[in-house]
Parts: sequence; C-alpha cells; structure tokens
Amino acid sequence: MFTNRYIFTYAAILVIVVAAILSFAATVLKPYQERNVRTEKIMDILKSVNITADKKNAEELYNKYITEEKAITPEGEVVSIYKTGSKSFEKGDIRPFDINMKVELSKQAAIKSGKGKEKPVFPLYVCNHDNKTFYIIPLRGKGLWGPIWGNISLKDDFKTVYGVTFGHQGETPGLGAEIATEKFQSQFPGKTIFDDSYNFTSVEVVKGGAATLPSDKQIHGVDAISGGTITSKGVSAMLHDCLSNYVPYIKANLKK
Amino acid sequence: MSEEVKQKEPLFSAKNKKLIFNPMNKENPITVQVLGICSALAVTAKLEPAIVMSISVMAVLALANVIISVMRNTIPPRIRIIVQLVVIAALVILVDQVLKAFAYDVSKQLSVFVGLIITNCILMGRLEAFAMGNKPWPSFLDGIGNAAGYGIILVIIAFFRELLGSGTIFNYPVMEKLGLYSIGYKNNGMMILPPMALITVGIIIWVQRSKNKELIEEK
Repeated sequence: MFTNRYIFTYAAILVIVVAAILSFAATVLKPYQERNVRTEKIMDILKSVNITADKKNAEELYNKYITEEKAITPEGEVVSIYKTGSKSFEKGDIRPFDINMKVELSKQAAIKSGKGKEKPVFPLYVCNHDNKTFYIIPLRGKGLWGPIWGNISLKDDFKTVYGVTFGHQGETPGLGAEIATEKFQSQFPGKTIFDDSYNFTSVEVVKGGAATLPSDKQIHGVDAISGGTITSKGVSAMLHDCLSNYVPYIKANLKK
Repeated sequence: MSEEVKQKEPLFSAKNKKLIFNPMNKENPITVQVLGICSALAVTAKLEPAIVMSISVMAVLALANVIISVMRNTIPPRIRIIVQLVVIAALVILVDQVLKAFAYDVSKQLSVFVGLIITNCILMGRLEAFAMGNKPWPSFLDGIGNAAGYGIILVIIAFFRELLGSGTIFNYPVMEKLGLYSIGYKNNGMMILPPMALITVGIIIWVQRSKNKELIEEK
C-alpha cells in the first residue's frame, strides 16, 4: 500500500521534474524557434512579390530586394524609416520589421473601445525588384479557429494588387485552409483596392463568386471558398481593416 | 484489463508480434474499440495531415507507454490517471517544441492537432490497460501497434475523403487528370465535412465485421 505521504511526495516530485524538463527544453530551443519564425516572416514577405526564397538565402534576398522599412500611424504619419542597405535609421528608432502586428492591432482595438491611449504603428516594406517599386503591407485577422495572417503587395500606383500570401494557424483542411493555396491566392493579382477616384474599396472575398457583383465592382472582388464561409469573411475583414490603416499615408504619397 | 506478458522471451516472439499486429485488425482502436473517433473526424479531410497525425500519435504513444511501464511499480494507484496525464501532456509539449525548433514545416502542418493528441482516448486507454501492467519492451510494441492500427484507419478514411471530396490525392489533382470533370463529374463537398468521416468509419467497420465473424457481438 502507498501512504498518503508517499502519494504527495510522488506527485510533487513528478510535477517538479516535468516542469524542469519542459522549461529547460523551452529555454534551449527558443533561439532556434525564433530563427524559424523570423525566416518564415521574411520568406512570406518576399513571396508576396513573387520572389521565392528558401531558408538559406532568405536573409540575403531580403536585404537585396527590400530597400526600406517604414513604420506608419493610421493617421498617415511616418514614425520611422529603416534602410536595409546601410542597416541604419533614417528617422525614428523602431525597426518596422520587428513590429508585432498582434500587439499593434490590439492597441488599435483598445483605442476604439476607449480603454487604451497608446497609438499603434504599422509596418510598410518598400521593395525594389526588376527596377519596379512595390509596397508590401502585412495583414493579420481572425479566421474560424484562430488567427490568419498574410502579406499583400501593391504596385507603385498604390492601388493594383501585385501578389498576396495568406497563412493560418488551424483552419479546417480542405475548407478554410484553402486560403493558403495558390489557387485562392492567384485570384488577387490585378485586383484594385481603390476605385478610379481613389476611394478605398479594399478587396472583398465574395460568397457565390465575384461574378455575381455588378461589373464595375468585380475588380474589387474575388471568389470565396465554398464551405469556408467564416474564414473567407475573415480574409475580407482582415484586408479591409489592415489596408484601411494605410489609406491616409497612401493618399498623402500618391504621385500627382 | 491488462494482458500480462511472460518474462524472458525473444524480442519478436509470437506473443510480441501479436501486440503489434492485433491492433491493426481484430483489436483495432478505432473500428473495434471505437476510441479516438474525434481526431479521426477532425484530421482526415486530406491525406497529408492524417499521416502526420498518425506518426505523431505513434511517437507519443510508444514513448508514453515505455515511460509509464518503467514507472509502473512506483505509481500510487490512487493518482495513476493524473500521472499518466502528466506524462502524456509533457511528451506532447516536448514533441511540439522540438518540431518547432528543428522541423518547422512539419510543426506548421500539425498546428492544432498536437493539442488533439493529448485528448486522444487511445493514449490513456493503452497506458491504463497495458503499460501499467507490462514491461517496457512489450509496452513499446503495444504503443507502436495501436498507433499503427489507428493510423491505417485514418489513412483509409483520408484517402476516400480527399479523393471524393477534393478530387485530389496528396494534393495531386487525380480527377482532373482523368478528365472526369469534362464529362460532368463533380466533387462531393459533403465528403469534406466531418459527418461523412463518421459514415466512412461506419462502412469500414461493416466491411471488417463481414469479413471477420469473430467481431460480431452476440445478441
């Protein structure tokens, strides 16, 4: 028979040992994990402008093609500019690459509900590829089961979509998870986020297909995923909410 | 509950072989014991996650079985379930952390399924029924066998769901290449949804029982 004392001691030792193993593993593995996350972020950014990078050359290609990182407030003010070529700040001291979208979006939500005062800033990447300039905007929103995210690149008219990438944490395979496939993402290039007089329209993910929209709106819509309604709506909302933060900046910087 | 295995026998004796192969057929965790159904519904819309899930369950179940089997004589019966749970949870977190560090792509594939492993009743079932009463080596084989039995069913279900639901196999567009779409064939969207997984499990159980009369319960 086991005495109560034995049971308590056993449980305590077991829990302490397991906790020690887990925290040791977490501490040791953290640098590797962070490097993976960082490399993936770079690969995603590059993929949205159709540059395929692998784990080894990601950093190198990033420094080659992404010339500037900017941090922008939703009011259109540029807080910080970081030149990747010379690795120096032209303005401010926040490295836009290190901005955590999740934190900034929750700051923004807090301001809207009147609870927070800290102002959010959002990153914008300027890419120079084949002598053309592209602007890459990171996205983050909610899917059905968890967060979804992505990057959208715009041509130098700040209006036409050049490419997109989407990722998700745990959307349903075969349904919502289809947003991460080429088939879904290939609908975006060529769509526009502004109408001809530069009123912000975003790109909408339309249930039933973009073809059901009036013909002048079709340029702002893509087909939703059948069976993935909530994820599709999440993508729509994410595009609208994230892109609208850049509208004041874009309007102020349009080539007249 | 537990089937005692005699000591001092060759590594792959007839008894030990049974430990591996029985769960694949007449003691199958899904179709006969009807355990682990929830994850069988959740991860079988495509083949790839189904296979990744099976491999992870195999790793965790085999390790957990060995660890519990080594500790079995020291575990106070009154808190044995908690001890088993702690071991499984710790292993799952460890596997997740290691994958995130060294196999990031696989870890992204697994994402939420890692959490599902903890709730998989097959794990608790095997620890309680087998590892608590047997030596480490048979327990290891039992873990491998049961995870394989679970995996086979998962892969069969995923094969049909992916083929009929999305018209692909490992994301390769089979139906399109066969030219079925041009003669009016359409994917069955219902196959992607969990209810059809349950019906597929039902069909597998039916087929298995009609072939193996031993499995049919007396009225």
